[in-house]
Amino acid sequence: MELNDLYRDVILDHNRRPRNFGPLEPADASVEGFNPLCGDRLTVRLKMQGDAIADIRFEGQGCAISTASASLMTEAVKGKTRGEALKLFERVHHLLTDDAASSDELGKLAALSGVREFPARVKCASLCWHTLVSALESPPAAVLPAVSTE
Amino acid sequence: MKNMALAKQTRFDVHAVRRDFPVLARILNGKPLAYLDNGASAQRPEFVIEAVNDYERHHHANIHRGVHTLSQEATARYETARDSLVHFLNARSRREIIFVRGTTEAINLVAQSYARPLLGSGDEILITHLEHHANIVPWQLVCEQTGAKLTVVPMDERGEVPFEAALALMNERTRVFAFTHVSNALGTVLPVKRLVAAAKARGIVTLIDGAQAVPHLPVDVQDLGCDFYAFSGHKLFGPTGIGVLYGRESLLERMPPWQGGGDMILAVTFAKTTYNSLPYKFEAGTPNISGAIGLGAAVDYLRGIDLGGAHAHEHALLAYASESLGAIEDLRIVGTAVDKASLVSFVVKGVHPHDLGTILDEEAIAIRTGHHCAMPVMDFFKLPATARASFAFYNTFEEIDRLCAAVQRARSMFA
Repeated sequence: MELNDLYRDVILDHNRRPRNFGPLEPADASVEGFNPLCGDRLTVRLKMQGDAIADIRFEGQGCAISTASASLMTEAVKGKTRGEALKLFERVHHLLTDDAASSDELGKLAALSGVREFPARVKCASLCWHTLVSALESPPAAVLPAVSTE
Repeated sequence: MKNMALAKQTRFDVHAVRRDFPVLARILNGKPLAYLDNGASAQRPEFVIEAVNDYERHHHANIHRGVHTLSQEATARYETARDSLVHFLNARSRREIIFVRGTTEAINLVAQSYARPLLGSGDEILITHLEHHANIVPWQLVCEQTGAKLTVVPMDERGEVPFEAALALMNERTRVFAFTHVSNALGTVLPVKRLVAAAKARGIVTLIDGAQAVPHLPVDVQDLGCDFYAFSGHKLFGPTGIGVLYGRESLLERMPPWQGGGDMILAVTFAKTTYNSLPYKFEAGTPNISGAIGLGAAVDYLRGIDLGGAHAHEHALLAYASESLGAIEDLRIVGTAVDKASLVSFVVKGVHPHDLGTILDEEAIAIRTGHHCAMPVMDFFKLPATARASFAFYNTFEEIDRLCAAVQRARSMFA
């Protein structure tokens, strides 16, 4: 286990300057994710155009892994269709938990592959993705109860 | 650093005592383990491991029921452990020492068996803002069941519970005042003796959560005057799954059993059951025999070391850690009570506690990060989490130096 593998430059950069951070009004869906283990809490908001994610922003507080993962996620799914975003979630989930998973074509998201060496931190990286899935599956303009990783 | 005069050495022979704890010799990532998470669970000395091992290998049988040799040996060891606990807490008799799973179970027992039958709408249970969830939720449950009200003594910016604030909230409807001896999240030592005396003068029954106190302070329940005192074995260098509820005999006598089953009865017919005497009335079912023997061994071990020296050493560690961590730029110590036990909760600007925990782990330094099962305390300071280094008498000044160096490393990583 190497710390530099977990805290790669991309992660540190997105933690320092999270992209798409802040409120999004009006949003078509807004879901809060909560990790009671460490107190990480973030809200993901979506604006949809037909089946596509026209805009996505997040806010909240969390560790570097959770903040960077959310920031990278918003960059990766903006403009994607619901189906494409859900497929990407599957790939990232695989990347975080399976040593054999490939990071080909994942772009900057590949920086998250170091997390799987630190099992205690997988939930930090996946919190935003679970929150996104819940937002994508929510009926239009819904504000759902918080998603929890416990 | 402001005060280089702080001693990095005490008269206590920490290196001798470290040899009693096998796990402290572990090497992680090529570095010696620095175990600074004693507030969550302390390590066990060889003496405890051997006592449990000897019991498991040679003496195990069920207790209080066999005429055969092993059952008698197991019973003798279990009850001898209880005697050790009587001595440790200076209880009046072995009838006042009930073995439970831990502090959590002890508090639930008192809430359900003492408080519940007594409470009605309009009655009040008093706790403090500093409590661990284990001293909040059992009272919330009993309040829901009875219509009683839970009242909370506020804390201040230092993490202290002002005595006058507690006094102001005691009234003729207050039935129980349950409070921690030492805060697990901040280390604050409460003025327990004064609080008990004030409650007693108003006819209020007191319960002290001693989980974080027993490893650090001498506890004498007769001197404290409390009605109930609860703690867990594993924070006191004993096994998990075992703890003690001390209860004043006159109260325990009046309380109905909490759980029914074997061992807590004298005679059972389908019409009526006669309960066993104290403490067995509260120990239904086959108990954690090896756990109790391990806990008895833990307090016997403590009797054999220089405990006064150990406590003084811990105080020196606390002073040194507060000074050295406090000197780090952008580091804030959370909880600055005048009277503190040996733990330091802190946050570092720009470094989330969870990231800090991972970076420290890489340096073989174990600390706790999170809300410490004390979410109301975190909410008070508007923090989602803190990092907490908690010390035992086997910790060293060098380990604190390593902690500080690793915190600096984390700062530079995230700068």
